[in-house]
Amino acid sequence: MTTTTAQPSTRATAQPTARATRFLPAIVGVAFIALVAMLPLLNITVPVILPAPTYMPGSLALISLCMVFAALALSYNMLLGTAGMLSFGHALAFGGGAYLLGVILDRFEVPLVPATLLALVGGLAVALLAGSIANRVGGIPFAMVTLAFAEAGSVLVRRNSGITGGEEGLSLATEQVPDMLVSVANTRNLYWLILAMLVVVYLVALWVDRSRLGHLARAARENDQRVRVLGLHPYTAKLAIFVIASLLAGASGMAYLLLQSGTVPHAVSADLTITVLVMVVLGGVGYRWGAVVGGVVYTLLDQRLTVLAGADAIQGLPAVLRIPLSEPLFLLGTMFVLVVMFLPGGIAGTVDKVWSRRQGRVRKSGGLEALDGLDGPAGPAGPAGPAGPAGPAGPAGPADPADPVEPTDPAGADRGVQT
Amino acid sequence: MSAVVLTLITGVGLGALYFLVASGLSLIYGLMHVLNFAHGAFLSLAAFIGWQTAQALGVSSWWALLASIGVGALVGAAFAVFTELVLIRPLYERHIEQVLVTVGLALAAVALFEGIWGSDPLTVAGPPWLKQTTVVLGAHIPNIYWLLILAAALVLGALVLFLKKTRYGMIIRAGVENRAMVTALGIDVRRAFTLVFAIGGAAAGIGGVLAMHYMTFVSAHLGQTLLIFAFIVTVVGGLGSLAGAAIASVLVAVLQQFANFYLGGTGDFIVVIMLAAVLLLRPRGLLGRKA
Amino acid sequence: MSDPILRVSGLRCSIAGQQVVEDVSFEVPPVGITAVLGRNGAGKTSTLRGIMGLSARRGEIVLAGQRIDALPTHRVVQRGVGYVPEDREVFGTLSVAENLALAERQAQPRREFVAELFPDLVKRKDQAAGSLSGGQQQMVSLARALLNDNRILLVDEPTKGLAPQIVDDVADALAEASKTVPVLLVEQNLDVVRRLAAGAVVISSGRVVHTGDAAEILDDEALTQRLLGVHASGEAA
Repeated sequence: MTTTTAQPSTRATAQPTARATRFLPAIVGVAFIALVAMLPLLNITVPVILPAPTYMPGSLALISLCMVFAALALSYNMLLGTAGMLSFGHALAFGGGAYLLGVILDRFEVPLVPATLLALVGGLAVALLAGSIANRVGGIPFAMVTLAFAEAGSVLVRRNSGITGGEEGLSLATEQVPDMLVSVANTRNLYWLILAMLVVVYLVALWVDRSRLGHLARAARENDQRVRVLGLHPYTAKLAIFVIASLLAGASGMAYLLLQSGTVPHAVSADLTITVLVMVVLGGVGYRWGAVVGGVVYTLLDQRLTVLAGADAIQGLPAVLRIPLSEPLFLLGTMFVLVVMFLPGGIAGTVDKVWSRRQGRVRKSGGLEALDGLDGPAGPAGPAGPAGPAGPAGPAGPADPADPVEPTDPAGADRGVQT
Repeated sequence: MSAVVLTLITGVGLGALYFLVASGLSLIYGLMHVLNFAHGAFLSLAAFIGWQTAQALGVSSWWALLASIGVGALVGAAFAVFTELVLIRPLYERHIEQVLVTVGLALAAVALFEGIWGSDPLTVAGPPWLKQTTVVLGAHIPNIYWLLILAAALVLGALVLFLKKTRYGMIIRAGVENRAMVTALGIDVRRAFTLVFAIGGAAAGIGGVLAMHYMTFVSAHLGQTLLIFAFIVTVVGGLGSLAGAAIASVLVAVLQQFANFYLGGTGDFIVVIMLAAVLLLRPRGLLGRKA
Repeated sequence: MSDPILRVSGLRCSIAGQQVVEDVSFEVPPVGITAVLGRNGAGKTSTLRGIMGLSARRGEIVLAGQRIDALPTHRVVQRGVGYVPEDREVFGTLSVAENLALAERQAQPRREFVAELFPDLVKRKDQAAGSLSGGQQQMVSLARALLNDNRILLVDEPTKGLAPQIVDDVADALAEASKTVPVLLVEQNLDVVRRLAAGAVVISSGRVVHTGDAAEILDDEALTQRLLGVHASGEAA
């Protein structure tokens, strides 16, 4: 991205680094995408992280899987980070995409492209239905309801083994898929396809965040009532975000189907939702690049810890150490708890904090702290202020003294009609 | 006729199991606004320890069954108290984070249980009477259902007595209604938090041991499977309402059993449809208070 | 004047990150009723909630010579601060007797005193508090605070939304209570203030704008109009 035309000259007096900093993310992003796109053509060995040099199908498949989950995490971040919706049913959208595409390819013998469009339409219908009901409640009840819907989807998949393959899973009907995407030798084509999907998902997430819809959803997250007073409908905004996020998750699910040459019921399970939740929180709620990093790091850890568990060094340990260390999900779950308790900004939030401090500017609000008080009747109960167990309170403490707040009349311009 | 009786009584029995899980969830949510994903882990751990207790004491004796239920209740309560003190309390009033740590705990706990007890289900044998049936109006009711119903009725009775007759019960009822005002009367409501976790954990522990006998096996995923139905029950019943949880447990389970029997195994769907219907018509649940 | 029972200096409070009390300082004498006056939304209730620790607060709050601004709410209460919140906040599903029992903090609660003051509540002790009238609920709320020997009572708009006859009853009860304990009273009904309060603190936009004798403030037509907006419709401060 080469943007040399200057901003309106009124800003030209600002420090020269400001503009560079402003476009830095875009430049880094494009460079990074270019690098990732070239990996299949390069012979780079990354010990521990990748099983083989980058051009080998094994490594490309692993990176592709990372990108699939990065896209999924981006879509989830749109729900949780942008709109503050804690969904426990995102697996329905992801697994729904995978299964819809798989079943359409398998049953109706439609080629890949129209089948993908059909599956997206199907995903849209499911998202509209589930979203319109679930959004009638907010906060924690919303989480429970989405969980229940996903569970219904999961049961549907497991029970109807004639169509979905049941517990065995559903294999990709390769006849309908172009040859260039099928065999192991063609992994890199699939790799590029998935990279393209990730970029598209990222751009959609960026667009949503910057659009009126994103602003409305953020405003509704902070103060539902105020948005209502302005004559806007938080319900519609939330539903729109829910549907878009579901479609993006569905696209990730379809990529997953192609990459894994099939899908298993795990893709629609509550475990998968929890996995993506972990990715987003690990990466940093509210940060798009955080979601990508979270998805990649989690996937790599999950894959490589499994390998590590089989290592002789671990197997030789006494049971007290061996058992926990050979369960990747135990390590990931523990790490997740630690991140939530001690690093609520996740990777991106922490990096951003350090970076902002160096730049001497105010950090944008992000991370889990930004979500506090989302849960419905937030009666300001209990010990507030310094007496409360401090916890890992970030810089979002109350009332920065250096930041003079205007004297606001909290009840609005309630012109003194008094008794 | 006998089929209807069978479906009805097994439905009530399954509802009893749901109630054992949902009662704690609902109390915890009502008082603290924490959705406890680790509740299933309390249940699973209690079941595993109960299983080991029964193995040690002789699987087929009544004495071993009772001991394992008691141990299960203690283990559930201890695990729950640990969770509240170590993970929930430091995140005081940060509800989303509190939910997330319970999610992480559930994830880690299930993996750890698999590491310790293996990923294959462990089968359990109880007193032979549990495997037999009792004939009611021509229906052969497996005896485990009576045990489930009895246990849930006892737990419900004990909870109601506790809530109505003790000072802490009063604090909990008042706290469900208006926690800030409880502190403004000079009461440290956090002690009540630990207590509801202990109570919920104990009920889940009893539920865990009984669920193991109901399923005839125990696995690391036992709790999480039941947890989802318990969530549905708490939403349908009204978050924070014990009576709502009791009614909804039976309602949901009976409906589920009837649908499974008469509508070709569609029970799980009917339950989700019921949840959707309740949310559309009455978003706060059957007995929930207005938000 | 003897040492104040409560001294607040530089109090700032925020709710959900929004500053609602900017800089409030005042003192409450150890006897009688001190009124907190101001327009709707001036920050009166927030000041009381801040003292109670019910919202995030900064500044210095000294009760009988000891700082209480770092204490959580229940400890503030245990130091002897009785709180009668806006809108009564009785526990509607609990009986009257249970509402009162919850509030008892000391070995010998002043049950006789409360029974004498509110005979109606004794008759209705088994009734669910939610089913009482507004006036009766206010009695429950006051009774909860009066059961204990407090150093001070914080009472927030006790006559709000009550019928005139009931307003008098509540004012009587407050007058009686104030013989034994100093009261910090937020009140919109200026007749009640005139009758009960000795001193007054006027708050506007989260700051104290005037302190003085209650009667003097209320007698000063121009001052009340400017600070409280009384009689002035649609006029901005």
